[in-house]
Amino acid sequence: MSKGNEIDDLISREYEAGFVTQVESDTLPPGLNEEVIRIISGKKNEPEWMLEWRLEAYRKWQQMDIPRWAQMPHPEVDFNAISYYSSPKSKKNGPKSLDEVDPEVLATFEKLGIPLHERGKLAGVAVDAVFDSVSIGTTYKEELAKAGVIFCPISEAIKDHPELVRKYLGSVVPQQDNFYAALNSAVFSDGSFVYIPKNTRCPMELSTYFRINELNTGQFERTLIVADEGSHVSYLEGCTAPMRDENQLHAAVVELVALGDAQIKYSTVQNWYPGDANGKGGIYNFVTKRGLCAGVNSKISWTQVETGSAITWKYPSVVLRGDNSVGEFYSVALTNNFQQADTGTKMIHLGKNTKSTIVSKGISAGRSQNSYRGLVRISPRADNARNHTQCDSLLIGDRCGAHTFPYIEAKNSDSIIEHEATTSKVSDDQLFLCRQRGIDEEKAVSMIVNGFCKEVFKELPMEFAVEAGKLLEVSLEGAVG
Amino acid sequence: MLIVKDLVAEVDGKTILNGISLTVKPGEVHAIMGPNGSGKSTLANVLAGRDGYEVKSGEVIFQGHNLLELAPEERAREGVFLAFQYPVEIPGVSNMQFLKASVDAIRKHRKLPELDAPAFMKMARDKCKDLKLNPDFLKRGVNEGFSGGEKKRNEILQMALLEPSLCLLDETDSGLDIDALQVAAEGVNALRDGKRGFVLVTHYQRLLNYIVPDYVHVLAGGRIVKSGGRELALELEEKGYSWIQ
Ligand SMILES: Nc1ncnc2c1ncn2[C@@H]1O[C@H](COP(=O)(O)OP(=O)(O)OP(=O)(O)O)[C@@H](O)[C@H]1O
Ligand SMILES: [Mg+2]
Repeated sequence: MSKGNEIDDLISREYEAGFVTQVESDTLPPGLNEEVIRIISGKKNEPEWMLEWRLEAYRKWQQMDIPRWAQMPHPEVDFNAISYYSSPKSKKNGPKSLDEVDPEVLATFEKLGIPLHERGKLAGVAVDAVFDSVSIGTTYKEELAKAGVIFCPISEAIKDHPELVRKYLGSVVPQQDNFYAALNSAVFSDGSFVYIPKNTRCPMELSTYFRINELNTGQFERTLIVADEGSHVSYLEGCTAPMRDENQLHAAVVELVALGDAQIKYSTVQNWYPGDANGKGGIYNFVTKRGLCAGVNSKISWTQVETGSAITWKYPSVVLRGDNSVGEFYSVALTNNFQQADTGTKMIHLGKNTKSTIVSKGISAGRSQNSYRGLVRISPRADNARNHTQCDSLLIGDRCGAHTFPYIEAKNSDSIIEHEATTSKVSDDQLFLCRQRGIDEEKAVSMIVNGFCKEVFKELPMEFAVEAGKLLEVSLEGAVG
Repeated sequence: MLIVKDLVAEVDGKTILNGISLTVKPGEVHAIMGPNGSGKSTLANVLAGRDGYEVKSGEVIFQGHNLLELAPEERAREGVFLAFQYPVEIPGVSNMQFLKASVDAIRKHRKLPELDAPAFMKMARDKCKDLKLNPDFLKRGVNEGFSGGEKKRNEILQMALLEPSLCLLDETDSGLDIDALQVAAEGVNALRDGKRGFVLVTHYQRLLNYIVPDYVHVLAGGRIVKSGGRELALELEEKGYSWIQ
């Protein structure tokens, strides 16, 4: 049995969320211009200010270039071949309640393990489910309202809470921040809005589940989370898409704002369709995620488990403006077959005594490429700032690559910055030890990889940690070297 | 239970095992001694099915099966256990988790019901107690940061839990302190129920004071050059290996 064949045989992953839902949909023809933006805004009955904001972003986007600094060769995305709006048809404009949602769509979420109806809904987790461009339903609304927590589709927040949305939208990720953020600002479809009032601990986990279904449709969700002074919230994001031969574009923007003494914990398990074993199809995931620790003693923590997408371009970051604020980034990024991931974080220290922690675990298998790209910037007035970065890569097989690009800009001599990096392989000795104890090779690899990711998994909420472990197992299905 | 006949094996085109024959009957303990580089670990690895060794000729029959046809995990499930000369670390995977996966796989093969977590934990703690190991051992990563002796004791713990029918111990005594050596020997003796077979690779006849072997073999240049009883080990200790050839 030659080693090479073994790897080929074993790197055959099964993507379980790859089914297509047959629903009648209301989809805009491909292409992007001001008229399309007006239509999107019109479909959502948006106020004038929102339309103006979108158009302003669109005009900025037209002046911008596609960023090319990440080393990820891929065919040019034709932005005029994509449809910018798609929603499953319902009786009225946007489902008012779950009764109006196409049963096929509800069944889709059920199949993905996200039951939305009253009987089956997940205990202790409020869910907002987004199907293509629209939010299908949000659970536990009343319970949350009792605590004063606002958790609703952003399209609804624009109408019902314009003062909050206008104040914070674009305050962390400005329209022209980057090419994809500008595009998102112009055409964003749906996403979640969260507001936690002062001194409130959100009574349950909040979660949004994104599903791309329609062919040739981009998903441009926009999430905005505001934690007012002294509040706490833990938010989870999950995503999947059907298996299709064509590449699909996903360009989201997530903005987090933590005021004084507030804490936001944002966890993602990203499982977009990664393409097949030959590198055909899959989601292009260009995402801008950034949190602002606006107040003193605030804390923002990102935890991500990235296993999907053909291309991942994503740097969840924290701007540490408040004195004593804390930023954290815990990441597991796994690539297999022909996947490419360029992911990492930026920690921008502006306030005094600010502290950041980065733990990145990259796992590469097959012929995939996995890069960590991180920036730690300490501004001149950030006295006594600290960063600790730990960046570990694990290789499975010998046709994949792992790369690390840590950038450090320290403009304050008081600061302490530590960086540790390791690269290791799943060794034959480790595999043999497991097999000698009766454990088959696939189980052994997933156990070794899970062990490698332990420091990140322990940051995830309980149910998600179990989910993430299982997901790794599926994604690795046999990637042995 | 184990019949090795004229076994010849190569590594990277170099012949390491040069026609080994060995028969282990149920209940027997065979000690294998011999100079460094003589092929003792290679024999143990070939029996356990490690990749990278090419068997050129000969056969190995274990409880009626042609062992050489089985994958390493299948051999393990059939009851072949190798305590490694140099146990490796698996960072982040707790000993408990690892042992559970192992016991699950083996019980499944034996068509026994899966042990639930509390039952398994109790069993694992009891074995720790028998082997005078701190139960905190179970929470730590597999061999992660273990001292040399602790790694060896961990091998004995695994053996005690899996209750294999053929135990291959590759220098498990090296690196153990005097007390640990006795405890490890007790662990082995506890499994000597007349049905299991043992092959102990060792450099020191002292181990054989605690685990009294039925046979002692000397391996040199990939061959068994001399076999005898317990007293052969004492003779080797006194005279070294040079007088044999
Ligand atoms: N992968 C390999 N490539 C080349 N030579 C090897 C390889 N593995 C083992 N050998 C050689 O085979 C011979 C036997 O090695 P083995 O480990 O079986 O010896 P041993 O009897 O266990 O020695 P020790 O008492 O030192 O443990 C040695 O000369 C060793 O260098
Ligand atoms: Mg040896």
